Amino acid sequence: MEKTANQRAWFLVLPVLLLVAFSSVIPMMTVVNYSFQDSFGGNEFFWVGLEWYRELLRSERLWDALGRQLMFSSIILLIEIPLGILVALCMPKKGWLASLCLVLMALPLLIPYNVVGTIWQVFARSDIGLLGRFVTDLGFEYNYAQNAADAWVTVVAMDVWHWTSLVALLCYAGLRSIPDAYYQAAEIDQASRWSVFRHIELPKMRGVLIIAVLLRFMDSFMIYTEPFVLTGGGPGNATTFLSIDLVKMALGQFDLGPAAAFSLMYFLVILLISYVFYTVMIASDKEEAQS
Amino acid sequence: MDWIAWTLPTALFFASIASALAVMSLLAIKRPSTPRVGALGIETARGDRLFLTLLGSAFINLAWIGFTDLPQYFALGICAVFAFCVFRWV
Repeated sequence: MEKTANQRAWFLVLPVLLLVAFSSVIPMMTVVNYSFQDSFGGNEFFWVGLEWYRELLRSERLWDALGRQLMFSSIILLIEIPLGILVALCMPKKGWLASLCLVLMALPLLIPYNVVGTIWQVFARSDIGLLGRFVTDLGFEYNYAQNAADAWVTVVAMDVWHWTSLVALLCYAGLRSIPDAYYQAAEIDQASRWSVFRHIELPKMRGVLIIAVLLRFMDSFMIYTEPFVLTGGGPGNATTFLSIDLVKMALGQFDLGPAAAFSLMYFLVILLISYVFYTVMIASDKEEAQS
Repeated sequence: MDWIAWTLPTALFFASIASALAVMSLLAIKRPSTPRVGALGIETARGDRLFLTLLGSAFINLAWIGFTDLPQYFALGICAVFAFCVFRWV
Protein backbone atom coordinates (compact mmCIF):
# COMPACT_ATOMS: atom_id res chain seq x y z
CA MET A 1 0.00 0.00 0.00
CA GLU A 2 1.35 3.41 -0.92
CA LYS A 3 1.91 5.66 2.04
CA THR A 4 0.32 9.10 1.63
CA ALA A 5 2.06 12.18 2.96
CA ASN A 6 0.00 14.34 5.30
CA GLN A 7 0.84 17.93 4.44
CA ARG A 8 -1.59 19.38 6.96
CA ALA A 9 1.19 19.47 9.54
CA TRP A 10 2.62 22.47 7.70
CA PHE A 11 -0.26 24.55 9.12
CA LEU A 12 1.21 23.97 12.57
CA VAL A 13 4.31 25.99 11.67
CA LEU A 14 2.24 28.82 10.21
CA PRO A 15 2.16 30.86 13.48
CA VAL A 16 5.95 30.70 13.67
CA LEU A 17 6.27 31.76 10.05
CA LEU A 18 3.98 34.73 10.70
CA LEU A 19 5.95 35.66 13.80
CA VAL A 20 9.25 35.48 11.92
CA ALA A 21 7.75 37.50 9.06
CA PHE A 22 6.69 40.32 11.38
CA SER A 23 9.75 40.27 13.62
CA SER A 24 12.47 39.66 11.03
CA VAL A 25 11.53 39.55 7.36
CA ILE A 26 9.49 42.76 7.13
CA PRO A 27 11.96 44.84 9.22
CA MET A 28 14.78 43.42 7.06
CA MET A 29 12.95 44.44 3.88
CA THR A 30 12.47 47.91 5.33
CA VAL A 31 16.19 48.21 6.10
CA VAL A 32 17.08 47.12 2.56
CA ASN A 33 14.66 49.69 1.14
CA TYR A 34 16.04 52.46 3.38
CA SER A 35 19.62 51.62 2.38
CA PHE A 36 18.97 52.75 -1.20
CA GLN A 37 17.14 55.94 -0.29
CA ASP A 38 17.57 59.23 1.51
CA SER A 39 14.99 60.56 3.91
CA PHE A 40 14.45 64.11 5.10
CA GLY A 41 11.69 63.18 7.53
CA GLY A 42 7.95 63.31 6.95
CA ASN A 43 8.09 59.77 5.55
CA GLU A 44 9.48 61.06 2.23
CA PHE A 45 12.17 59.03 0.53
CA PHE A 46 14.43 59.74 -2.44
CA TRP A 47 16.24 57.10 -4.46
CA VAL A 48 20.05 57.40 -4.18
CA GLY A 49 21.06 53.98 -5.50
CA LEU A 50 24.35 52.63 -4.17
CA GLU A 51 25.52 55.97 -2.78
CA TRP A 52 25.39 55.04 0.93
CA TYR A 53 27.25 51.77 0.32
CA ARG A 54 29.92 53.56 -1.72
CA GLU A 55 30.31 56.27 0.90
CA LEU A 56 30.60 53.82 3.78
CA LEU A 57 32.90 51.33 2.07
CA ARG A 58 35.28 54.14 1.18
CA SER A 59 35.22 55.82 4.59
CA GLU A 60 37.58 55.00 7.43
CA ARG A 61 34.71 55.01 9.90
CA LEU A 62 33.39 51.55 8.99
CA TRP A 63 36.80 49.91 8.69
CA ASP A 64 38.06 51.40 11.97
CA ALA A 65 34.97 50.17 13.82
CA LEU A 66 35.28 46.74 12.19
CA GLY A 67 38.98 46.58 13.14
CA ARG A 68 38.21 47.47 16.76
CA GLN A 69 35.39 44.94 16.80
CA LEU A 70 37.55 42.11 15.47
CA MET A 71 40.35 43.01 17.88
CA PHE A 72 37.93 43.03 20.83
CA SER A 73 36.39 39.66 19.87
CA SER A 74 39.84 38.11 19.37
CA ILE A 75 41.14 39.37 22.70
CA ILE A 76 38.18 38.18 24.73
CA LEU A 77 38.24 34.74 23.04
CA LEU A 78 41.95 34.38 23.73
CA ILE A 79 41.31 35.13 27.40
CA GLU A 80 37.88 33.61 28.09
CA ILE A 81 38.29 30.22 26.44
CA PRO A 82 41.52 29.11 28.21
CA LEU A 83 40.36 30.73 31.46
CA GLY A 84 36.96 29.00 31.22
CA ILE A 85 38.64 25.62 30.67
CA LEU A 86 40.96 26.23 33.62
CA VAL A 87 38.08 27.20 35.90
CA ALA A 88 36.06 24.14 34.80
CA LEU A 89 39.02 21.85 35.50
CA CYS A 90 39.41 23.34 38.99
CA MET A 91 35.72 23.03 39.91
CA PRO A 92 34.79 20.21 42.29
CA LYS A 93 33.12 17.25 40.59
CA LYS A 94 30.51 16.42 43.24
CA GLY A 95 29.13 17.36 46.65
CA TRP A 96 27.66 20.61 47.98
CA LEU A 97 30.77 22.52 46.92
CA ALA A 98 30.06 21.63 43.26
CA SER A 99 26.49 22.99 43.60
CA LEU A 100 27.77 26.14 45.30
CA CYS A 101 30.33 26.67 42.51
CA LEU A 102 27.66 26.26 39.85
CA VAL A 103 25.41 28.84 41.50
CA LEU A 104 28.28 31.30 41.96
CA MET A 105 29.39 30.83 38.36
CA ALA A 106 25.87 31.46 37.11
CA LEU A 107 25.48 34.75 39.02
CA PRO A 108 27.28 37.09 36.56
CA LEU A 109 25.18 35.64 33.74
CA LEU A 110 21.97 36.69 35.48
CA ILE A 111 22.90 40.36 35.73
CA PRO A 112 21.35 42.59 33.03
CA TYR A 113 23.86 44.08 30.58
CA ASN A 114 23.25 47.70 31.52
CA VAL A 115 23.68 46.86 35.21
CA VAL A 116 27.03 45.20 34.43
CA GLY A 117 28.11 48.39 32.66
CA THR A 118 27.01 50.52 35.60
CA ILE A 119 28.74 48.26 38.15
CA TRP A 120 32.03 48.53 36.24
CA GLN A 121 31.59 52.25 35.65
CA VAL A 122 31.62 52.79 39.41
CA PHE A 123 34.02 49.94 40.19
CA ALA A 124 36.72 51.26 37.84
CA ARG A 125 36.49 54.96 38.67
CA SER A 126 39.88 56.16 39.82
CA ASP A 127 38.45 58.48 42.51
CA ILE A 128 35.81 56.35 44.25
CA GLY A 129 35.87 52.91 42.57
CA LEU A 130 37.42 49.96 44.37
CA LEU A 131 39.39 48.76 41.33
CA GLY A 132 40.29 52.22 40.06
CA ARG A 133 41.49 53.38 43.47
CA PHE A 134 43.46 50.18 44.02
CA VAL A 135 45.25 50.45 40.67
CA THR A 136 45.95 54.16 41.26
CA ASP A 137 47.32 53.41 44.72
CA LEU A 138 49.69 50.87 43.16
CA GLY A 139 51.26 53.79 41.32
CA PHE A 140 49.66 53.40 37.89
CA GLU A 141 48.02 56.34 36.19
CA TYR A 142 44.67 54.79 35.47
CA ASN A 143 41.66 56.59 34.08
CA TYR A 144 39.40 54.73 31.70
CA ALA A 145 37.50 57.89 30.80
CA GLN A 146 40.59 59.67 29.44
CA ASN A 147 43.07 56.99 28.38
CA ALA A 148 42.25 54.70 25.44
CA ALA A 149 44.42 51.80 26.70
CA ASP A 150 42.81 51.99 30.14
CA ALA A 151 39.36 52.02 28.53
CA TRP A 152 40.21 48.90 26.51
CA VAL A 153 41.59 47.07 29.55
CA THR A 154 38.45 47.93 31.51
CA VAL A 155 36.03 46.88 28.74
CA VAL A 156 37.90 43.60 28.23
CA ALA A 157 38.05 42.94 31.99
CA MET A 158 34.32 43.63 32.26
CA ASP A 159 33.52 41.18 29.47
CA VAL A 160 35.81 38.53 30.94
CA TRP A 161 34.16 38.96 34.34
CA HIS A 162 30.69 38.75 32.81
CA TRP A 163 31.11 35.86 30.38
CA THR A 164 33.97 33.56 31.42
CA SER A 165 31.56 31.70 33.66
CA LEU A 166 29.47 30.74 30.62
CA VAL A 167 32.51 29.11 29.01
CA ALA A 168 33.38 27.48 32.33
CA LEU A 169 29.86 26.06 32.76
CA LEU A 170 29.83 24.69 29.21
CA CYS A 171 33.26 23.10 29.71
CA TYR A 172 32.17 21.73 33.07
CA ALA A 173 29.17 20.07 31.41
CA GLY A 174 31.54 18.60 28.81
CA LEU A 175 33.91 17.31 31.49
CA ARG A 176 31.10 15.74 33.52
CA SER A 177 29.96 13.76 30.47
CA ILE A 178 33.27 11.86 30.24
CA PRO A 179 32.78 8.31 31.58
CA ASP A 180 34.96 7.30 34.54
CA ALA A 181 36.34 4.39 32.52
CA TYR A 182 38.53 6.85 30.56
CA TYR A 183 40.12 8.17 33.74
CA GLN A 184 40.57 4.63 35.10
CA ALA A 185 42.33 3.55 31.89
CA ALA A 186 44.58 6.63 32.10
CA GLU A 187 45.40 5.76 35.72
CA ILE A 188 46.34 2.20 34.77
CA ASP A 189 48.60 3.62 32.04
CA GLN A 190 50.08 6.02 34.61
CA ALA A 191 49.27 8.94 32.35
CA SER A 192 50.38 12.39 33.55
CA ARG A 193 47.83 15.11 34.35
CA TRP A 194 48.76 16.88 31.11
CA SER A 195 48.26 13.67 29.08
CA VAL A 196 44.82 13.15 30.62
CA PHE A 197 43.88 16.71 29.66
CA ARG A 198 45.44 16.54 26.18
CA HIS A 199 44.18 13.10 25.13
CA ILE A 200 40.93 12.64 27.08
CA GLU A 201 39.44 15.87 28.39
CA LEU A 202 40.23 18.24 25.54
CA PRO A 203 38.97 15.95 22.72
CA LYS A 204 35.81 15.19 24.70
CA MET A 205 35.23 18.90 25.28
CA ARG A 206 35.64 19.77 21.60
CA GLY A 207 31.90 19.92 20.89
CA VAL A 208 31.08 22.25 23.78
CA LEU A 209 34.20 24.32 23.09
CA ILE A 210 33.05 24.98 19.53
CA ILE A 211 29.66 26.07 20.89
CA ALA A 212 31.41 28.27 23.49
CA VAL A 213 33.61 29.89 20.83
CA LEU A 214 30.60 30.45 18.56
CA LEU A 215 28.46 31.94 21.33
CA ARG A 216 31.20 34.16 22.68
CA PHE A 217 32.36 35.33 19.27
CA MET A 218 28.87 36.22 18.08
CA ASP A 219 27.92 37.86 21.35
CA SER A 220 31.12 39.89 21.53
CA PHE A 221 30.79 40.81 17.86
CA MET A 222 27.38 42.33 18.57
CA ILE A 223 28.28 43.88 21.94
CA TYR A 224 26.62 47.20 22.64
CA THR A 225 25.16 47.89 26.06
CA GLU A 226 28.09 47.20 28.39
CA PRO A 227 30.77 49.32 26.63
CA PHE A 228 28.18 51.98 25.84
CA VAL A 229 27.27 52.36 29.52
CA LEU A 230 30.91 52.13 30.64
CA THR A 231 32.72 54.37 28.15
CA GLY A 232 30.09 55.64 25.72
CA GLY A 233 32.44 54.52 22.92
CA GLY A 234 35.25 56.78 24.15
CA PRO A 235 37.63 58.27 24.90
CA GLY A 236 37.35 59.65 21.37
CA ASN A 237 36.32 56.63 19.36
CA ALA A 238 38.65 54.19 21.15
CA THR A 239 35.91 51.77 22.20
CA THR A 240 33.37 52.57 19.50
CA PHE A 241 32.49 49.12 18.25
CA LEU A 242 30.29 48.39 15.23
CA SER A 243 26.97 48.41 17.07
CA ILE A 244 27.79 51.61 18.99
CA ASP A 245 28.78 53.32 15.74
CA LEU A 246 25.62 52.07 14.08
CA VAL A 247 23.38 53.41 16.84
CA LYS A 248 25.21 56.76 16.75
CA MET A 249 24.56 56.94 13.02
CA ALA A 250 20.94 55.81 13.11
CA LEU A 251 19.66 57.51 16.26
CA GLY A 252 22.28 60.17 17.03
CA GLN A 253 22.59 61.60 13.54
CA PHE A 254 19.28 60.19 12.26
CA ASP A 255 21.02 59.15 9.01
CA LEU A 256 18.59 56.35 8.21
CA GLY A 257 19.96 55.52 4.74
CA PRO A 258 23.65 55.19 5.67
CA ALA A 259 22.69 53.41 8.91
CA ALA A 260 20.59 50.91 6.94
CA ALA A 261 23.50 50.25 4.55
CA PHE A 262 25.85 49.92 7.56
CA SER A 263 23.54 47.46 9.32
CA LEU A 264 23.16 45.32 6.20
CA MET A 265 26.92 45.03 5.80
CA TYR A 266 27.21 44.27 9.53
CA PHE A 267 24.53 41.59 9.08
CA LEU A 268 26.34 40.04 6.11
CA VAL A 269 29.59 39.76 8.07
CA ILE A 270 27.72 38.10 10.96
CA LEU A 271 25.94 35.77 8.54
CA LEU A 272 29.23 34.73 6.95
CA ILE A 273 30.93 34.08 10.29
CA SER A 274 27.88 32.18 11.59
CA TYR A 275 27.88 29.99 8.49
CA VAL A 276 31.57 29.19 8.91
CA PHE A 277 31.04 28.28 12.57
CA TYR A 278 27.92 26.25 11.73
CA THR A 279 29.82 24.30 9.08
CA VAL A 280 32.68 23.62 11.48
CA MET A 281 30.21 22.46 14.16
CA ILE A 282 28.41 20.09 11.81
CA ALA A 283 31.70 18.66 10.51
CA SER A 284 32.92 18.22 14.09
CA ASP A 285 29.70 16.44 15.12
CA LYS A 286 30.02 14.06 12.18
CA GLU A 287 33.66 13.32 13.00
CA GLU A 288 32.71 12.68 16.62
CA ALA A 289 29.89 10.34 15.59
CA GLN A 290 32.22 8.40 13.30
CA SER A 291 35.01 8.01 15.90
CA MET B 1 2.81 49.89 3.67
CA ASP B 2 4.29 53.35 2.96
CA TRP B 3 6.64 53.13 5.90
CA ILE B 4 8.47 50.22 4.25
CA ALA B 5 9.42 52.70 1.50
CA TRP B 6 9.17 50.23 -1.38
CA THR B 7 10.93 50.94 -4.64
CA LEU B 8 10.71 48.98 -7.86
CA PRO B 9 14.35 47.73 -7.82
CA THR B 10 14.13 46.51 -4.21
CA ALA B 11 10.74 44.92 -4.86
CA LEU B 12 12.22 43.09 -7.86
CA PHE B 13 15.19 42.04 -5.73
CA PHE B 14 12.97 40.48 -3.06
CA ALA B 15 10.69 38.95 -5.67
CA SER B 16 13.69 37.23 -7.29
CA ILE B 17 14.89 35.91 -3.91
CA ALA B 18 11.38 34.62 -3.11
CA SER B 19 11.15 33.04 -6.58
CA ALA B 20 14.50 31.33 -6.13
CA LEU B 21 13.35 29.92 -2.79
CA ALA B 22 10.06 28.75 -4.30
CA VAL B 23 11.83 27.07 -7.25
CA MET B 24 14.27 25.37 -4.87
CA SER B 25 11.39 24.12 -2.71
CA LEU B 26 9.58 22.72 -5.75
CA LEU B 27 12.77 21.10 -6.99
CA ALA B 28 13.34 19.59 -3.55
CA ILE B 29 9.90 17.95 -3.77
CA LYS B 30 10.06 16.88 -7.43
CA ARG B 31 13.76 16.03 -7.73
CA PRO B 32 15.38 15.73 -4.27
CA SER B 33 19.15 16.29 -4.33
CA THR B 34 21.76 14.14 -2.64
CA PRO B 35 24.31 16.08 -0.58
CA ARG B 36 27.87 15.89 -1.91
CA VAL B 37 31.34 16.92 -0.79
CA GLY B 38 32.71 19.47 -3.23
CA ALA B 39 35.71 21.73 -3.70
CA LEU B 40 35.34 23.35 -0.26
CA GLY B 41 35.53 19.97 1.44
CA ILE B 42 32.13 20.42 3.08
CA GLU B 43 28.94 18.52 2.43
CA THR B 44 26.43 20.67 0.54
CA ALA B 45 22.91 20.14 -0.76
CA ARG B 46 21.25 22.29 -3.41
CA GLY B 47 19.89 24.73 -0.80
CA ASP B 48 23.35 25.18 0.75
CA ARG B 49 24.76 26.01 -2.67
CA LEU B 50 22.04 28.63 -3.22
CA PHE B 51 22.82 30.15 0.17
CA LEU B 52 26.55 30.24 -0.62
CA THR B 53 25.81 31.80 -4.00
CA LEU B 54 23.63 34.55 -2.51
CA LEU B 55 26.07 35.29 0.31
CA GLY B 56 29.08 35.28 -2.00
CA SER B 57 27.26 37.47 -4.51
CA ALA B 58 26.51 40.02 -1.79
CA PHE B 59 30.21 40.25 -0.94
CA ILE B 60 31.21 40.42 -4.64
CA ASN B 61 28.84 43.33 -5.14
CA LEU B 62 30.07 45.10 -2.02
CA ALA B 63 33.70 44.64 -3.06
CA TRP B 64 32.83 46.02 -6.51
CA ILE B 65 31.18 49.10 -4.98
CA GLY B 66 34.07 49.61 -2.56
CA PHE B 67 37.01 49.17 -4.91
CA THR B 68 35.89 50.25 -8.38
CA ASP B 69 33.89 52.94 -10.11
CA LEU B 70 32.83 50.65 -12.94
CA PRO B 71 29.13 49.88 -13.56
CA GLN B 72 27.55 47.34 -11.23
CA TYR B 73 26.49 45.14 -14.17
CA PHE B 74 30.05 43.79 -14.35
CA ALA B 75 29.70 42.61 -10.76
CA LEU B 76 26.46 40.89 -11.66
CA GLY B 77 28.31 39.08 -14.46
CA ILE B 78 30.95 37.92 -11.98
CA CYS B 79 28.15 36.77 -9.66
CA ALA B 80 26.64 34.68 -12.48
CA VAL B 81 30.02 32.99 -13.08
CA PHE B 82 30.40 32.54 -9.32
CA ALA B 83 26.92 30.96 -9.09
CA PHE B 84 27.79 28.55 -11.91
CA CYS B 85 31.03 27.54 -10.17
CA VAL B 86 29.29 27.03 -6.81
CA PHE B 87 26.51 24.88 -8.28
CA ARG B 88 28.97 22.93 -10.42
CA TRP B 89 31.91 22.31 -8.09
CA VAL B 90 31.05 23.14 -4.46
